[in-house]
Amino acid sequence: MNLSFAITSLEQGLAFGVMALGVFISFRILDFADLSVDGTLPLGAAVSARLLTAGINPFYSLIAALLAGGIAGAITGFLNTKLKIAPLLAGILTMTSLYSINLRIMGRPNIPLIGKSTIFSLIEKLGLPYPWNHLILLILIIIIVKFLLDAFLNTQIGFALRATGDNPQMIRSMGISTNSMKMLGLILSNALVALSGAMVAQYQGFSDVNMGVGTIVAGLASVIIGEVIIGKSSIMIATIGVVVGSILYRFSISIALNLGLAASDLKLLTALLVIIFLSTPRIKKALR
Amino acid sequence: MLKLKDLEKIFYKNTPNENIALNKVNLNVKKGDFITIVGSNGAGKSTLLNSIAGVFPVESGTIILDKEDITGKSEYRCAQKIGRVFQNPLAGTSPEMTIEENLSLAISKSNNLSLKWGLSKHKRKVMKKHLAKIDLGLEERLTTKVKLLSGGQRQALTLLMATVANPRLLLLDEHTAALDPATAIKIKNLTAELVNENNITTLMITHNMEDAIKMGNRLIMMDAGQIIYDIKAEEKENLSIEKLLKMFEIKHGGKFNNDRMLLSV
Ligand SMILES: Nc1ncnc2c1ncn2[C@@H]1O[C@H](COP(=O)(O)OP(=O)(O)O)[C@@H](O)[C@H]1O
Ligand SMILES: [Mg+2]
Repeated sequence: MNLSFAITSLEQGLAFGVMALGVFISFRILDFADLSVDGTLPLGAAVSARLLTAGINPFYSLIAALLAGGIAGAITGFLNTKLKIAPLLAGILTMTSLYSINLRIMGRPNIPLIGKSTIFSLIEKLGLPYPWNHLILLILIIIIVKFLLDAFLNTQIGFALRATGDNPQMIRSMGISTNSMKMLGLILSNALVALSGAMVAQYQGFSDVNMGVGTIVAGLASVIIGEVIIGKSSIMIATIGVVVGSILYRFSISIALNLGLAASDLKLLTALLVIIFLSTPRIKKALR
Repeated sequence: MLKLKDLEKIFYKNTPNENIALNKVNLNVKKGDFITIVGSNGAGKSTLLNSIAGVFPVESGTIILDKEDITGKSEYRCAQKIGRVFQNPLAGTSPEMTIEENLSLAISKSNNLSLKWGLSKHKRKVMKKHLAKIDLGLEERLTTKVKLLSGGQRQALTLLMATVANPRLLLLDEHTAALDPATAIKIKNLTAELVNENNITTLMITHNMEDAIKMGNRLIMMDAGQIIYDIKAEEKENLSIEKLLKMFEIKHGGKFNNDRMLLSV
């Protein structure tokens, strides 16, 4: 693996790291297996790409993606908490609807962003050499997201959100609506995933309607790798783990590609990776 | 304080399995009452508490708590005024969160949730004071995750969490039944202490006749979805287990069928 491969993996790990933090919220904090993220990642990319082609400031396009993702999360939340549709199905319904919506937003399956003003082209103007400029920007964004998330999860509402996933009976006994908390968690989670989609689109130079396939599995892989390697003794540690997990995940993908694996086999590899990590505790127990 | 009027709860209504769990229950609870509730298995004791707590809607009747009609309100809304402790010592706390994080939720219960920090120096001081009361040394372990505590420690913490915000009503459903005898005694003493200290109106289901007689100022016996005895003040003080069982047999027309209850006599 040469240096440019390493830098690419690092950049991807950081850009998708925001998505992994979103998956961490739904999967770990809320204990809600939310599949909408396969639709909200490309949603963020679509919104951002569409705004960029209209000449909007790329940073504003990130905020627009964040909001769009939040709305998508609210829809999954509504399907689950108000219409009582099971979490998995609620996520699948949102994801499926988003496929059509994303096509509508983009007007076509793919929008190239080459030559458009992006967050990366803006940072390049500051005169720092590549790859430092890109890395600094990505690290800055993920640090802001991580610390805001850490802070939020240590507020009163944040405590309630965490307890909702951990013991919903307890949170109801505390006079708090588990439905409102689920809604809030799904909004936050999908907002971050869409933000990540916008970052990824600008990073890779295009938005594609199919770029969301396998997002949930990649997100899960990142979360789980982080837990195994960094741990989850506190929220601060756990969110570091998620970001590190995301970076390591992209590295392992690059290595697999370097070893001659076909790109089309990667989804299978990722799924296997998640299966192995998810079953390790059980296998360990069985062997004892 | 709490007024139940013709409360009726029917499970599987209009099916062959129709089950009248509460049959027109009437009850008038005064402020500061500590009522113990006994009755055979399936008498409707838990259903009574669940109905008051808004766990499920009732078929008919009204529940007035503190002059407010709470009939049909959702569980979390009722919980804003009601503290609860369940039989399962794991039910009342969040295992992955620390002792201080759990307690923080209970202390903020009376306020609306906000984006203020969940913990503060002041809050920690208040928590330590409260934890010192339960005398398990938990005040020195604020940052310990609750999943590392024993069942008894968790139940003590749950009890503290249920009472710390001064609820209008405290509902206890066999909350010591899953604990070992020594721990159960500790939790019972703690219950009496916390309830008396804050003069909290309390309904406590117990399968232990002796506790039912010893604790509280009023005893209710339920059978087949109805309150068959409501024993107060002096009459309660002169009660014995034998008398209580005899009273049951008179109304019920048969022996007490709660094995656990007889065993624990
Ligand atoms: N959630 C429920 N769904 C259906 N039936 C229930 C439910 N809860 C209680 N019951 C039934 O209602 C009756 C009263 O039960 P319960 O209140 O739990 O009795 P107790 O607590 O006095 O032992 C029983 O016949 C029980 O099977
Ligand atoms: Mg019961």
